[in-house]
Amino acid sequence: MALRTVNLKINGQVTSVEAEENTPLVYVLREELGLKGTRLGCGQSQCGACHVMLDGISVPSCDTPLWAAENKAVVTIEGLGKPDALHALQQAFIEEQAAQCGYCVSGILVSAAALLGKCPQPSEAQVREALDAHLCRCGAHNRMVRAVLKAATVGAVT
Amino acid sequence: MSSNTSDSSSKIPVVLPGSLQTNRRLSQWLAFHADGCVTVRTGKVDLGQGISTVLAQIAAEELDVDLACIRMERASTVQGPNEGMTAGSMSVQDSGSALRQACAEAREIYLNLAALQRGLTPSQRAELRVVDGEFVSSADEIIGRYGALADDALLDIEASGIAKPKSAAEHTLTGQAVPRLDMPGKVLGQADFIHDMVLPGQLYGRVAHPPSPRAVLLEVALDGINALPGVVTTVRDGSFIGVIAKTDYAAAQALKKLAAAARWDEPATLPDMHAVSEFLRSQPVDSTLAGEKKSDTPGPSLAISDASRAAAGAQSFKASYARPFLAHASIGPSCALARCEADASGEITRVEVWTHSQGIYNLRPDLALVLGLPAAQIAVRHVPGAGCYGHNGADDAACDAVLLARAVPGRPVQLQWTREDELSCAPFGAAMAVDLQAVVDADGRISDWQHDVWSNGHSMRPGRSSTPVLYAAALLEKPFARQVAINMPLANGGGAERNALPSYDFAQWRTHSHRALAMPLRTSSLRSLGAHCNVFAVESFLDEMAEQLGVDPLVFRLRHLSDERGRAVLNAAAAMADWPNRHAVERREGAGIGIAFARYKNTGAYCAVVAAVHAEAEVRVEQLWIAADVGLVVNPDGVRNQIEGGAIQTVSWVLKEAVQFDRTRVTSRSWADYPILRFSEVPKVDVQLVSRPGDKSLGAGEATHGPVAAAIANAVADALGLRMRQMPLSADALLQAALADPR
Repeated sequence: MALRTVNLKINGQVTSVEAEENTPLVYVLREELGLKGTRLGCGQSQCGACHVMLDGISVPSCDTPLWAAENKAVVTIEGLGKPDALHALQQAFIEEQAAQCGYCVSGILVSAAALLGKCPQPSEAQVREALDAHLCRCGAHNRMVRAVLKAATVGAVT
Repeated sequence: MSSNTSDSSSKIPVVLPGSLQTNRRLSQWLAFHADGCVTVRTGKVDLGQGISTVLAQIAAEELDVDLACIRMERASTVQGPNEGMTAGSMSVQDSGSALRQACAEAREIYLNLAALQRGLTPSQRAELRVVDGEFVSSADEIIGRYGALADDALLDIEASGIAKPKSAAEHTLTGQAVPRLDMPGKVLGQADFIHDMVLPGQLYGRVAHPPSPRAVLLEVALDGINALPGVVTTVRDGSFIGVIAKTDYAAAQALKKLAAAARWDEPATLPDMHAVSEFLRSQPVDSTLAGEKKSDTPGPSLAISDASRAAAGAQSFKASYARPFLAHASIGPSCALARCEADASGEITRVEVWTHSQGIYNLRPDLALVLGLPAAQIAVRHVPGAGCYGHNGADDAACDAVLLARAVPGRPVQLQWTREDELSCAPFGAAMAVDLQAVVDADGRISDWQHDVWSNGHSMRPGRSSTPVLYAAALLEKPFARQVAINMPLANGGGAERNALPSYDFAQWRTHSHRALAMPLRTSSLRSLGAHCNVFAVESFLDEMAEQLGVDPLVFRLRHLSDERGRAVLNAAAAMADWPNRHAVERREGAGIGIAFARYKNTGAYCAVVAAVHAEAEVRVEQLWIAADVGLVVNPDGVRNQIEGGAIQTVSWVLKEAVQFDRTRVTSRSWADYPILRFSEVPKVDVQLVSRPGDKSLGAGEATHGPVAAAIANAVADALGLRMRQMPLSADALLQAALADPR
């Protein structure tokens, strides 16, 4: 359980943390870096709430050890957009009112952004497939799918 | 100021709308500020349903201020109205109607004061209007503002009931699809959840819950746990064991070691998972007549012999239906924060709790009983958690947090449950069995009907008894006796018997509720309570009867439904789905369509659903057409979101969900063992709202759960000719039904 300095690039910012290198990334984001937008849902990579992008690929941060994120580009929900410069996906989610409790939304937005990054004009079936790793208990699925398709039409890029 | 409150001691107090009746001071509900903003307080809490936005909309409407000037304050026992639980789809009725009246009165008080200061005549006063918080005369002169007169003392009086809220025709904001005020924060990932809270000096806790419902802790070696990196201390009180650490991660790591270090005695106390209906019927029960209707001119009834019924040209029907135990299965784990203060001797003197409980005022007295403290020394504040659909683990987690925080006075402790805890320790929605019998007379009308429901109670909420019901209470060294869930009285919506009374005009009927007195698994309120299975049963049974009688299921329902609002939603849903032509085109193999209806609680929202399914090895719901009448709609998009979300959640319950257990443990402890509906499985959902601006709001959150369940079962029967009477309608269940089918 030795601590070591791990270099990270998170939302475009280079930073480093002193931590045990097997610490799941979600705890480093939330506790060490104060990026609370990444939610912990199950800790078993089964619900999708904690997804972040690692070099453009959406992964569960509860099952990503810190060392695996070293020197890779990590994008969290906080890196998608800001209150005064929303990401097209965030804008579309607001327009479609695509959430109820919103606990699952951070991970879903990250996966949607990863999808649009490699497939800018997805079909509805492709959107559903890309979001299939994400559970939503409130039943806001169809609104979210509509919002992703809407964002794609305005040319959202990651 | 108000003549009827000053001399009211000898009079019966005026009846006020909603929760204003029991929280009568206007200052409990709102306060004006010099900057023109208005603080609005409510005892109802946001559970993910977006109620804060709707209540802000109502306040802005009555006060005529900009919605952006309304500051919604989170519920707490420290300040604001006590509105009990946020449950039963009652928030717009309870809190909305109260706020409407309180704001109308506040508006009158402020306008009267402004008129007095300006020396207006009564007719000039009557012509005053409010525009964006400014008081405007008939000559378009601004004579005052809320902000300029802001004074808390003005509202420190009881409501009079005299001021009249706006009529439907005067509404400008009501009925508008106002975007949720909390939506930007949600999509930006802002730290608004209780899981994100960090107080100065905060520590982090985990509890190693018993691995089975009646497990007793035999031994646990805590020395090794205390020596782990980051661990501050461990707590043991009877079979309650937990760990407190400096970081959340250290707590999570230490929990694994703590759980491994504990040795438990685990008695096998659970019934056979595959025979729950039989278990419920074989237990000692508390049986009650939930309701009945007798007829002076009874037609053929269940009481007469088969031969007499046959002689009268009547037919009799009988069938049984069931649902399994269901988990709340929120996406976020239950979480709470607690901070205890102690005096010099170490006695706890004051406790603060932050919780996502549905009922902060109910949680407080139960915590007081567990701690042996007066409730007044406990402050409970609401902070949003992940979506809440009933009495989940939130209250239990709050108790766990307090029991840990007691060991570190002065330090706040954030306690979080694990996914396993969430799926195995939180209360479950009760399993149910429903027996239905009916007689149809020679004219094809139902002349007698009997509904028997067997179930554990659907309510074990805190704050209602002298014994605390919180999970840890029964684990302590000085344990509190385990309580058995009850059913709330029908006047409060009932529990197992919710919607067990017919929504239809049957000549005579009776409903019995049989509450099991043994409770091997903890049960309490899950969204829609008994309505989900009762409506599933009733609406499946009606289809079975219609089929045997050779009558269209829609026609058969309308034949027994005189309530115009019920007929309107049934006809609307049928029109959306082009019901009369549903079999006109050649159908794909396995395609089926079904219909169902209910009026939630028999007094709430009307909802009719048509479901289209595709059923082969498994059932896939392809589309739902839903027509709903929720009375006055304050925010149509909010209502649609609730209707759609409720419907999709129900599809998940009906197709996939059942708590799994062996004779000792709950075995569905992860999403792999308790799967819920995924994006690729979600049907298209069309919603039509039948607007009734002149009628009171009826609540939307639970209207769909019964009708969607039955419409799916009826569609499966239409597709395959197989009648599925037990939920879930899983691939396994489908196979078994096919094997058991005599054809």
